[in-house]
Amino acid sequence: MEGAQIVIASEAKQSSFFEKEKLDCFVASLLAMTADNAPAMKTREEIAQALAASGYIADSELATAISLMQLLKRPLLLEGEAGVGKTEVAKALAAAHATELIRLQCYEGLDQSAALYEWNYQRQLLAIQAHRGDKADTIEDQIFSEKYLLERPLLAAIRRRTPPVLLIDEIDRADDEFEAFLLELLSDFQVSIPELGTITATTIPHVILTSNGTRELSDALRRRCLYHYVDYPDVDREARIIMARITGAGASLSLQIARMVENVRKEELRKVPGVAETLDWAAALVGLGVRDLHDVPETVHETLMCLLKTHEDKSRLTREISERLLGKVA
Amino acid sequence: MSCCGTNPAYDELDEVCRLVSARLAAFLRTLRDNGFPVGLHEGRDAAVLMAAGYIERPGLLRSAFKHLFSARKSDWDKFDGLFDAFWLGRRVKSRSMTMGSVKAANSPSLKSLQDKRSERTGGDAATDQIPSADDAPEARAGEGRMEGASRADNLAEIDFRKMADPEQIEEAHNVAARLAKTMRTRLTRRDLARRRGYRLDLRRTIHSNISHGGVPISLVKRQRKEKPLRLVMLLDASGSMSMYTGVFLRFIHGVLDEFREAEAFLFHTRLAYVSDAMKEKDPARALDRLSIMAQGAGGGTKIGESLQTFNRWHAARVLHSRSCVMIVSDGYETGDAALLGREMAALAKRCRRIVWLNPMMAWRGYAPEAAGIKAALPYVDLYAPANTLKSLTELEPYLAKL
Repeated sequence: MEGAQIVIASEAKQSSFFEKEKLDCFVASLLAMTADNAPAMKTREEIAQALAASGYIADSELATAISLMQLLKRPLLLEGEAGVGKTEVAKALAAAHATELIRLQCYEGLDQSAALYEWNYQRQLLAIQAHRGDKADTIEDQIFSEKYLLERPLLAAIRRRTPPVLLIDEIDRADDEFEAFLLELLSDFQVSIPELGTITATTIPHVILTSNGTRELSDALRRRCLYHYVDYPDVDREARIIMARITGAGASLSLQIARMVENVRKEELRKVPGVAETLDWAAALVGLGVRDLHDVPETVHETLMCLLKTHEDKSRLTREISERLLGKVA
Repeated sequence: MSCCGTNPAYDELDEVCRLVSARLAAFLRTLRDNGFPVGLHEGRDAAVLMAAGYIERPGLLRSAFKHLFSARKSDWDKFDGLFDAFWLGRRVKSRSMTMGSVKAANSPSLKSLQDKRSERTGGDAATDQIPSADDAPEARAGEGRMEGASRADNLAEIDFRKMADPEQIEEAHNVAARLAKTMRTRLTRRDLARRRGYRLDLRRTIHSNISHGGVPISLVKRQRKEKPLRLVMLLDASGSMSMYTGVFLRFIHGVLDEFREAEAFLFHTRLAYVSDAMKEKDPARALDRLSIMAQGAGGGTKIGESLQTFNRWHAARVLHSRSCVMIVSDGYETGDAALLGREMAALAKRCRRIVWLNPMMAWRGYAPEAAGIKAALPYVDLYAPANTLKSLTELEPYLAKL
């Protein structure tokens, strides 16, 4: 990646639009207009470090995406295969900011009362019974007050003192209508409750949306968000992930596991193993006291069930194939 | 343009700033032409990014713009090429320019590109899936088994292969569109009639009766929401089917237009996702775009491999429990028949119904002996002929029942 940047930079020098002095002039004039945005650049490497400290090894593009999130105050839409660690990004981000993670798991039929707010009906009824004889207005004022309001994730996220990380997980599982409603919330960050009035956000949460692609999302939502495609990590990054997450996994074993998983992914499988499966497998191997994969080919084959989740895949990766794949691991 | 509009001091900027702004606007236009959903907001944010210092490092700027402007995986994959081509003067891969998503359809520049392309490919094998007036007669001469078709007394019963007259083809196309329309209305009415399954919704009942002091006077019930039926069509565009592909393409076009939820794929030796191209309003233009995408059509058929691609990359997105998969193919598999069987089994687990339409079935003396069709048949819910428009109409009651 760094190498590519250098090449681009050298080419850019020849391009008239990247000429240094002209650019400086342009940047200076724009900086004057948006002075408060300057520090965001520095934080990019810090973000990667902070994420790493909380156990998530991010590539530089993801770090860029997160710094953009803060700079532009836009939600981040993460797409990718199941098990590549989309949800983990939100968890690590919350840990890095030392803030709360509020999670909204989407499902079919998710509606406002489960996502935004609901009145506590039982308590309202009790209050009505208890204050029988009071004036209707008094009772009404009482039972439609904060005390009787049940906060659901979306409302909770905009009413915190410090900005939390709001994770809207698997947005593709929710209905179209919910998506439209969410869009409105994400652009205004205010909620109107008929009985109570409009609640404006005290802080703007860091919003992360994830999607597995079971349904095509609307263009409007996509446009509102920054987009990042989370791919399977390369060998090096996956090895570092294993080392960060599994205590007792040494550097050489982690690298071997990562290489083996990469080989398995190249096979024609129904369900390609994700990072979560890799970690399961690494934990299993470490738990069995394995130091070097080449020493224990039988154990390797038998524990492959951590990676393969369908009968068909299991029967496809026979002992011979697993040994051949192991042979390719240097 | 978009970034300039939000820049209040535009007139006061010196020439360089204006130049960069204009260049950014031109880049946004390029992105729009390539199907990126870029609006005014994105333009302003791009200017903010440049101002924030990203412009000093092109690699970083590229990465930042990529996140900002992309909206889906296809955008994500082709962004780097476009960025390099525009800002750094590198050559862009022709593919990303010409095979943009449907959003780009309204941009004149892309259209002219596509038109040029289709003219260029006009002579080769890619277009033989559309039986035009010119190439149909030769194809007829080459085919020896035409007498098997039902005797025609009106247009609706003429075997598609015999319709060489452009007017007749046009008429057949219209019928296909009409048919798709009637199928759709049937299906939706059916859907409505099924909306029962009442249950009492306790929480909402209590809520709505708080004004009665909690005495449940008006009841709130829960209705099951039915998803509309989704039709997923897989059309064989191989050489042996070439006489039928044109009409079925038109039929698919009607289906995509009329159904609320429908997706279409084309396959021969590989699978192509064509819904985007087919959603073009003008059928002729849709066929033009298709001919670009279906490079290599007219050769052999690898149904098994195509289905494998479908199951692996598309099934999770396009199939749900109320999906009907309609495969239009003659079942002449040139690949591995066992693979086809396996993939059909996987497909059958994911969807509600599989309909297999086989234009050859109406031929006299035809028996499903090809290895491919034999492997696939156990998983097919309805196996029907579809060589005339009438046989398509006969499917309607079956589809309405789904």
